[in-house]
Amino acid sequence: MAGAKEIRTKIGSVKNTQKITKAMEMVAASKMRRTQQRMAEAKPYAQKIRGVIGHLFQANPDYRHPFLEEREVKRVGYIVITSDRGLCGGLNVNVFRKLLADLRGWNEKGVETDLCLIGAKGVQFFRRLKVNVVGAASHLGEDPHLAELLGAIQVMLDAYSEGKVDRVFLVHNEFVNTMTQSPTIDTLLPVEPLDKDELTEYWDYIYEPDATELLDIVLMRYIESQVYRGTVENVACEMAAKMVAMKAATDNAGKMIDQLQLDYNKARQAAITQELSEIVSGAAAV
Amino acid sequence: MSTMHVDIVSAEGEIYSGEAEQVVAPARMGDVGIKPRHAALLTALRPGEVRVQLPNEGEELFFYVTGGILEVQPHVVTVLADSALHGDQLDEEAADKARQAAEAAMAGATEKSDIAEAQEQLIEARARFRAAQKLKGKR
Repeated sequence: MAGAKEIRTKIGSVKNTQKITKAMEMVAASKMRRTQQRMAEAKPYAQKIRGVIGHLFQANPDYRHPFLEEREVKRVGYIVITSDRGLCGGLNVNVFRKLLADLRGWNEKGVETDLCLIGAKGVQFFRRLKVNVVGAASHLGEDPHLAELLGAIQVMLDAYSEGKVDRVFLVHNEFVNTMTQSPTIDTLLPVEPLDKDELTEYWDYIYEPDATELLDIVLMRYIESQVYRGTVENVACEMAAKMVAMKAATDNAGKMIDQLQLDYNKARQAAITQELSEIVSGAAAV
Repeated sequence: MSTMHVDIVSAEGEIYSGEAEQVVAPARMGDVGIKPRHAALLTALRPGEVRVQLPNEGEELFFYVTGGILEVQPHVVTVLADSALHGDQLDEEAADKARQAAEAAMAGATEKSDIAEAQEQLIEARARFRAAQKLKGKR
């Protein structure tokens, strides 16, 4: 019966693991709903501010803000958003793969790159590689606040204003739906102006203090809101990916238990048969 | 009496949305009062109070903002409130912190692990507890 007993212990341990993955799946599912809501809440601000920028840009076509100007690219910056924790499938790996391909592309063109990492996984990953990391922020939790991101954003904005980097990208996961998250790389700076067709009639604001100063503030806030939205979206992706990964793990554990149960029954049956045959042969001998 | 639509939004979420008779906001150059059909205006806000007067019987709502932008169009007023304190010094401090975090992270072992963080919290909690006990003893 030794074989059967071992199998029984194994079944017990797999069952325990299954309970854990099941619990993690449910936790991720409930958190996902909350993070998705937060993602939706960040939308109106971004839209409104985008509208204001579009208008400012139309009304002052002659004013060139450095944030709007396309420069020759000698060095680029990336703000990379990753999750803090693992156990979420290929979420972070997909981001790294896409980013590394991009970095290689710049490298071949002789363009240098700076990275600013948000999230512990990114920090862990890029520590092993020879890359230039200028800023980092991690352990933001499931409810990231803009205040915690400001430092990382400021580093890149400073570098851009000083002319150290000529373009800034934002790398994060895009929430397509619960089953799909796709890594995306968006251009953060220079800010792409809106289409000219959108302005139907000409009117202008009264500015207080003046237009250029306001444009400065508005652009800063816009970029901050973009990074914040990216971070919140990435958290939603993390939860969705975790839920899917944990569901797969739970299903696999179930299959494993079925197989082990079958093996256990076979082993038990074999033991009984053996015992019987021993008794029968013993009786025959007497 | 005519009304206008007021939206108060921050990057982290919508704060208020509804009709109002008058809005008073702390603009950088002094408080501004906005009535319906105000000319289009764009102004920066300083930290302070945004007052929204509702249409029925002069009921007022108060919102505290740490700064932001006020956008006025004849029938729509939008307050784009900051969700974090800003200021040259504060921003620079935050940037320095991020740079240090990057250096620490790249140096390797110094990265804060969950255990290290928990231990730090434990030490702080102990110190607080001791301080509280001392205070108790004095009384």
